[in-house]
Amino acid sequence: MKTRDLAYIALFAAVVAVLGVLPPITVAVVPVPITAQTLGVMLAGSVLGARRGGLALLLFLAVVAIGMPVLSGGRGGLSVFTGPAAGYLYSWPIGAFVVGLLTQLFWRRLNLGWAFLANVVGGILVIYAIGIPFTSLYADVPLWASFTGSFVFLPGDGVKALIAALVAVGVRRAYPVIELPARQPAHR
Amino acid sequence: MTLLALYSPRPGALHRTPAGWKLAALAGLSVLLFAVPELPVAATALAVVVLLALAGARLTARQVLAQVRPVWLWLAGLLAFHLVVTDLATGALAVLRLATLVLAAAVVTATSRVAELVAVIEWLLAPLRLVGVRPGRIGLAIAMTLRFIPLVAERAGRIREAQAARGATRPLFLLLVPLLVQVLQLAHTTAEALDARGADDEAPPRPFWRRS
Amino acid sequence: MARPWRRAADRPAQDDAVLPRTAVELVGVTHSYGDRTVLRDVSVVLAEHRVGVIGSNGSGKSTFARLLNGLVLPTAGRVLVDGLDTAEHLRAVRRRVGFVFQDPDAQIVHPTVAEDVAFGLHNQRVPAAEREQRVAEVLARYGLAGHADHPAHLLSGGQKQLLAIAGVLVMRPARVVFDEPTTLLDLANRRRVARVVEELEQDVLVVTHDLDLLAGFDRVLVVEDGRVVADGAPGETVGWYVARMS
Repeated sequence: MKTRDLAYIALFAAVVAVLGVLPPITVAVVPVPITAQTLGVMLAGSVLGARRGGLALLLFLAVVAIGMPVLSGGRGGLSVFTGPAAGYLYSWPIGAFVVGLLTQLFWRRLNLGWAFLANVVGGILVIYAIGIPFTSLYADVPLWASFTGSFVFLPGDGVKALIAALVAVGVRRAYPVIELPARQPAHR
Repeated sequence: MTLLALYSPRPGALHRTPAGWKLAALAGLSVLLFAVPELPVAATALAVVVLLALAGARLTARQVLAQVRPVWLWLAGLLAFHLVVTDLATGALAVLRLATLVLAAAVVTATSRVAELVAVIEWLLAPLRLVGVRPGRIGLAIAMTLRFIPLVAERAGRIREAQAARGATRPLFLLLVPLLVQVLQLAHTTAEALDARGADDEAPPRPFWRRS
Repeated sequence: MARPWRRAADRPAQDDAVLPRTAVELVGVTHSYGDRTVLRDVSVVLAEHRVGVIGSNGSGKSTFARLLNGLVLPTAGRVLVDGLDTAEHLRAVRRRVGFVFQDPDAQIVHPTVAEDVAFGLHNQRVPAAEREQRVAEVLARYGLAGHADHPAHLLSGGQKQLLAIAGVLVMRPARVVFDEPTTLLDLANRRRVARVVEELEQDVLVVTHDLDLLAGFDRVLVVEDGRVVADGAPGETVGWYVARMS
């Protein structure tokens, strides 16, 4: 892997961390705060594509694992990987990968609609499909309960997918990392 | 914005235990707790972990409680749920298991230096050499991430000011496109600067399918 | 796609050979990014101790600088550093040519000052004891000795640029390329960096808009629209450039 790709991956790991600083909204019913960090998952896939997007989130999790408080609310360390919502964390690299994969697939005709679809599938469906059963198994609650508990996040996640789609289309026009030629000018 | 790792610098016996062993023990503990779903096992495990936290890691009682605080609402909700839907024993087991693992992981974090954990990650990734990955690059990637965090935050602030100065009261997310384009260029230059100092000197290992 | 490291690895003996410091030579160099051509058929031999490159924004001078240590490889033509082609001997060329960037924020990645300076030495596999000694030396030389364990991002702008320079010079390159090293600095720090450039024993090539920096130089090139349009002693070319701009 080129150093440039490594830098892009590190950059998006940092972007996810910075999005975690935005104040989280806590919904009274469920003790998991809604944060902007899953927006970072979507952005990483949308901008970097499948491979680099997925690696960016893996790197982010590595930074969490070594004890940096970069998860929303200043959380970090290994304990978040053994917590009840850990399944959502594990789903992030896969989610970013899927968003990236679909974005690459739709690349030639990428508009707001296609970008939104990519982010809904990779950034919402994939994450729920991993996070919900994990919580259910881990906390020994039935699937339906874990499923209902996640519904409060759906409107927020929809808004995030829309924002990610807008950004994906904008960045594609200004700095299309996904189709970068071998030698891209970053300077004049 | 500066980052402080969650490492606790009060030296205890667990601080001197190699990070790899602690991580292996943590993994073993999580397997045990799910393979043997018995209340006495979970209760004993919690007691042992609390003891290790206090004596081995020399955390204060307050620090121990602080580790469980982010999930206590969860634990309470979980217990209530099980009281209604199943029974107290199932609920207690789920809660004990969860609290044990969260605390055990926190103990590993508090007693292991960042460099040690990075070394363990590199060791775990070593088999990826077979597919042409340089595990040594993970340290560089982590350093870059920590460097980029304050930089991204700072550039976001600057763009916001510039837009405010022109009287723009646009929604926050419209910052994202100019911000990302700017920091992508910065990342590109950073990569060039690293290469100029020989970051790419070590050739990646040949993947197994290209080995003779 | 070009894989310079593989080609470099195939010729280890020549790469590490000690060659005399002679010159940097561009032979019919053209460079394009996609369909945008930024350098057109440039041929020039640079053997002077201190060479400056000036020109307006977008003239191609930044690409010119990047060609000299293989950060950019020419689309057509060859770049030779002491006789080594940058496309074939990337590693060896980078060991001989240090590169200092305009924005030190892009150059500094490690958490503390000393760690960042040591980065290049790690890549060169310099043994730990020697590494520490060389880092301490270079930090003392640039007035950063007291900051060795400080977080690099908390230094002032001027100190950051000195740190960036230290991180390059600790690798003992035979020549140093500076890409607009003073653009982001205040007057005091500009003078400080100018003094650093002046005191270097190494050959230097400086791309800049800061014409004062070039006062004691041996040769100054003016690049415009991808071509070298003036070339000579700073007295002549800088004056010509200023007259042309006004």
